[in-house]
Amino acid sequence: MRRGKPGAVIAFKAAKTGNLIRAAYEHPFAIRFCHWVNSVSLLILVASGLRIFMAFPSFGPKVPQKDFLHVPRSLTLGGWLGGALQWHFTFLWIYVATGIVYLGYHVLSGHYRQVLFTPRDLPGVWPMVRHYFFFGRKPRVTHPYNPLQKLAYTSATVVGVLSVLTGAVLYNPVQFSLLARLMGGFHWARVWHFAVMCGLVLFVVGHLIMVILHGWNNFVSMLTGWKKNPEYLP
Amino acid sequence: MLDPPVGGTPHLGFGSAWMDWFTDERDFKRLSRRSLLKLTPVVLVGAFAIPRLRDSLLEKGLAFSDWASSKWFRAGHAAPTYPDLELTPLTQFPLNSYDVDDPEIDLGSWTLKVSGEVQRPGEYTLAQIQGLPKVRQNTRHICVEGWDVIGRFGGARISDFLKLVGADSRARFLYFECADDYYESLDMATAMHPQSLLCYEMYDQPLTRGHGAPLRLSLPTKIGYKSAKYLTSLRVTNVLARKGYWEDQGYSSFYGL
Repeated sequence: MRRGKPGAVIAFKAAKTGNLIRAAYEHPFAIRFCHWVNSVSLLILVASGLRIFMAFPSFGPKVPQKDFLHVPRSLTLGGWLGGALQWHFTFLWIYVATGIVYLGYHVLSGHYRQVLFTPRDLPGVWPMVRHYFFFGRKPRVTHPYNPLQKLAYTSATVVGVLSVLTGAVLYNPVQFSLLARLMGGFHWARVWHFAVMCGLVLFVVGHLIMVILHGWNNFVSMLTGWKKNPEYLP
Repeated sequence: MLDPPVGGTPHLGFGSAWMDWFTDERDFKRLSRRSLLKLTPVVLVGAFAIPRLRDSLLEKGLAFSDWASSKWFRAGHAAPTYPDLELTPLTQFPLNSYDVDDPEIDLGSWTLKVSGEVQRPGEYTLAQIQGLPKVRQNTRHICVEGWDVIGRFGGARISDFLKLVGADSRARFLYFECADDYYESLDMATAMHPQSLLCYEMYDQPLTRGHGAPLRLSLPTKIGYKSAKYLTSLRVTNVLARKGYWEDQGYSSFYGL
């Protein structure tokens, strides 16, 4: 049996109907593996991060303290500050490791060209936005990722990197003092880290909605790598 | 099998009706199943759902963070200092005590008891500590809860005091006990850092009882709970029976900033 290689397309006859079905290998193993481990890590980091935040739910001074928001306990992980820190300090490494493998694989294999947003994709963004949000005509699908998707995944990756950098400043503001200064100091790094978390949560929500809207065949492609009869195949 | 496209990366454009190979449905299903099975290591994350495994895994995760943080600790790298203008007013400097705000130390008879890997163990008075070169610095104090303040701290370098008592600098830890039964440990590298202080002044005034009179630690390269207040004894040691009040409950024991 042949192995799938990124971009490979195979065809077979459906046993029941006799129809010709084509399938494209869209997501190589490294990407699928990192996707799933990373999504679990992100969930744990957000939940434990919210618990850590609840120890001082403010961005202002400690005295007098004005709380910014209260996160329901059920949305948090760790039970108490110390427990949440243990989860956070454990899963950050898994998150960073899968992030590095994900980025490394993309760069080394050239697979990034499937998903990286470039200026050439710019003209295609608005038609997709018009289609998704304003009932516009559906643009022709020519690639595995449309321009808006590329923009979303590329920004999410950048925000993911920022989550690590802002987190590093919160953890070790003295050793990473240069980075801390870039972010406006420890106090502001805490604001950025929170904002970045909100950005990632927004991305995940949008991502999940799109996954549901695009159905089973699309979802399965992140499990097996193969997508049956993708639209971009003529 | 039809001809693959000529040149270019396949996934960049599927402009023509080509395919890499032709197969049957059974073959495709086998291929998909094998791809799916390769993902099974992902379920290892589920180990964190098993209580007994979870505790030991999280402990290891925290220990790994501590190890990493101790690796990128640089003895010669100073924590940022700030102009007086940026100081948090003393009235807004939070008092975080673990049980009492004032353990009612008799300041007149107070001494710091020094023991362990030192040439001159014994009791040291505040005057002896104040006789060492005095350092005043405006540094950021960061609490594990997430808040931070910039305070003005004055005192003697821990490294100078260790010289005074003839401490073995190859020893691994300093272990402090406090009048309020708080206790804390400190790695030798951080103790030797020039900004690590035996602090007896805040905002140019003798420590108030709330802030740890007569002597506390001020460690700009450590998280706040390491800066213990109401110090009563110091032991230089290679083994720690206890790591610290919060550390023994599951908080990070290195927690360098």
